[in-house]
Amino acid sequence: MKLAVAELNSFYGQAHILFDVGLEVGAGEVVALLGRNGAGKSTTFRSIVGLVAQRSGRIVFEGEDVSARPTHAIVRAGLGYVPEERRIFTELTVDENLEVGRQPPRRNAPHWTPDKLFTLFPNLGEMRRRNGGHMSGGEQQMLTIARTLMGNPSLILLDEPSEGLSPKIVEQMANAILTMKREGVSILVSEQNLHFARLISDRAYIIERGRVRFSGSIAELDARPDIRDSFLAV
Amino acid sequence: MSFYVVQFLTGLASAASLFLVASGLSIIFGVTRIVNFAHGAFYMLGAYMAFTLTERLSGTVGFWGGIVLAALAVAAVGAAVEMILLRRIYKSPELFQLLATFGLTLMVEDLVVILWGPDDLLGRRAPGFRGAIDVFGQNLPSYDLFLIVIGPVVLGALWLLFHRTRWGVLVRAATQDRDMVAALGVNQKWLFTSVFAAGVFLAALGGALQIPRDAVNHTMDLRIIVDVFVVVVIGGLGSITGAFAAAVLVSELNAFGILVFPKISIILVFLVMAAVLIVRPWGLFGKAETAPRRTPGSAVRPWRPLTFAERVAVALVFAAAASLPLFGGNYAISVATEIVIFALFAASLHFLMSAGGLASFGHAAYFGLGSYGVALLAKLAGAPMLVCLLAGPLLGLAGAVVFGFFAVRLSGVYFAMLTLAFAQIAWSVAFQWVEVTGGDNGLLGIWPARLVATPARFYWLSLAISAALVVALRVMVFSPFGYALRATRDSALRGEAIGIDGKRVQWIAFVIAGTIAAVAGALFAYLKGSVFPDSLGISLSVDGLVMVLLGGVETVSGAIVGAIVYKALNIWLVSQTELSKLVLGGLIIVLVVAFPRGIVGMAELVVDRLRRRAQLSASPPSAALAQDIESAK
Repeated sequence: MKLAVAELNSFYGQAHILFDVGLEVGAGEVVALLGRNGAGKSTTFRSIVGLVAQRSGRIVFEGEDVSARPTHAIVRAGLGYVPEERRIFTELTVDENLEVGRQPPRRNAPHWTPDKLFTLFPNLGEMRRRNGGHMSGGEQQMLTIARTLMGNPSLILLDEPSEGLSPKIVEQMANAILTMKREGVSILVSEQNLHFARLISDRAYIIERGRVRFSGSIAELDARPDIRDSFLAV
Repeated sequence: MSFYVVQFLTGLASAASLFLVASGLSIIFGVTRIVNFAHGAFYMLGAYMAFTLTERLSGTVGFWGGIVLAALAVAAVGAAVEMILLRRIYKSPELFQLLATFGLTLMVEDLVVILWGPDDLLGRRAPGFRGAIDVFGQNLPSYDLFLIVIGPVVLGALWLLFHRTRWGVLVRAATQDRDMVAALGVNQKWLFTSVFAAGVFLAALGGALQIPRDAVNHTMDLRIIVDVFVVVVIGGLGSITGAFAAAVLVSELNAFGILVFPKISIILVFLVMAAVLIVRPWGLFGKAETAPRRTPGSAVRPWRPLTFAERVAVALVFAAAASLPLFGGNYAISVATEIVIFALFAASLHFLMSAGGLASFGHAAYFGLGSYGVALLAKLAGAPMLVCLLAGPLLGLAGAVVFGFFAVRLSGVYFAMLTLAFAQIAWSVAFQWVEVTGGDNGLLGIWPARLVATPARFYWLSLAISAALVVALRVMVFSPFGYALRATRDSALRGEAIGIDGKRVQWIAFVIAGTIAAVAGALFAYLKGSVFPDSLGISLSVDGLVMVLLGGVETVSGAIVGAIVYKALNIWLVSQTELSKLVLGGLIIVLVVAFPRGIVGMAELVVDRLRRRAQLSASPPSAALAQDIESAK
């Protein structure tokens, strides 16, 4: 198992957000975490990388419990995180954004260089000196992913990569994710868009009000329209 | 003509050190969000270190090597300070960080006197730059020319550092979003330490480069820090280019201001700063802060008026305080009077900070204006005490109306800086306008009316006025006006949306706090029988802040306890030790690190926990866990 999360409970102040969340990602797998707005997808991701300070539970990454480590150490162990709000450094150029993410190569993960990333996201290659603030939303989303890949992660958490993007860019994004999978990166991706998730993932979890309500393959999910309707339909 | 050219070049030369120190402060603020008050102390340490090293090491290499070594050594001290002290308080409100670094400044001031003695030290002249060159028939020291070159060279070197090295790119990224930098695998701890050390290096280098030009002494830290604050505020906190432009601007204003307006040379710089802040609140090259971190209000515990039992307890304490003259001697009574007056001063600042969310760094201005109001009425108009006490504080009110109008347009650190600047304007008027204020000699012979001329009676008067005004402040916190003020503090936007004119409410609060501080100042003038510019000075403003934070900024009336403890401690320390600044500074640091909630805040927390523990046994497991985690924070 690449990543195994068990009994994850998280809090913002007095508010209990996640209740005993458990999920697993196997090596080379793409797993979707599905749920509506506010279901707890982003909080799950933020808790895994240690950005939510008040949390308890086990987070076992490549056989080691990383839950007590600070964020940077978890990320350096090879667990890349792409935040939902993109959060690129708008004052820095594309090249500089990538430089911030750069980490030494890792044995068990593909090694990414700016040139290799520019073949994955050709748009970025055309604007290497451009400031992050002067890019479109889709370009920013690609830059966020590319920046995290510069850390050569063996597993990557992608928080709603398709959100707010045009259909054409969503398609590019799906292709990029499948390329990452082929390269050998394990991926946990959160989504509201079932169609997009179906394009890219092997398995899915559904989270609702901070609890995992479903776990199974995409085919199994398709066989249960009742679950889909009660936890995903708007 | 040639005279003006030389004056201009001298201004440019002074800009070099100012730029070095200011850029260091800016870099540190950008990444760590700490406004490092101790930056002036590091500048001073750099000068002292350079003095010693250049005395010991001989020759050209020895001199320049000594300058660089001094800066490196002080940078190492800075790194140690960051690791030992600042790492513990990054999560604290920014005021606590300012206060901790202020405590550090106090300690360094005493330490340099211990190590290097109290006298001015004259450093070696720089080898190769001993002479003067001829500029249109006027002499300009060649060292000035060297400094003029150094400024742009350092600016260029910093640009390269921040754009051509990985470290520089990380620093710029962290300046924008430090959590994201951590989420990309960068260890913030070491980034912060290195940034702090680099900033301190620049400050110390600025100090070291001053020794061929100026005498080294133990007051140079406060002189430079005010100028540096002005520079970074005009230039924009976090902008190095801004620091350079503003350092040149400020130095030239100083160089020419003294020719054009010899009387108000100090004021000129502050007027320009105020003008810049009103037009561009984030400085010439600065960027608007996205979400300024609020100081108070992070507590979950809501405020409430005192219960009946608590009111009885307060009345008993008041009665006990009022009975002091029955058993205390004259010295005790006069100390108590001073404490009571400062409790009122602290309470007025606390009202502004806690209910208003506005941390003023120049609250002493209104205290001092109240003192001068009384003194001027008594000395110039010969008015009786009753008239003076009623009308004197109006000067403080007027000052608060004018300064507050501008100040409430800003928030956070910028509000703090602008109030500091206004206080310095008031101070420099009192200091320079000798004909009216007596300048440094102050105004003497302000005696209370015969009715309250004994220490005990004056104590009772002060106690009655202070208690009445503190009660008034509390009533205001729980009045509709107080709700509007707190709503504006918590969310200005939502307040506007329900029809609260936030700026106006804050302005009124500023005027109320200023006026009450002025009443305290008026009483203080009668207690001491004299008024000096110090009563408007930075150190009194900082004393007020310490009292508030010591008491607990998130409480309603903690400042009173803070004032009593701090003032008593201060008076006792000064009587006990020569090194009161060292002890006091150390104490401030310990308090900030160990009791970030202040004395009253701490007490409330303990009571809360005891209550919660009682509830806990009855609550379900998940809620119990939530509370455990909450209290472990």
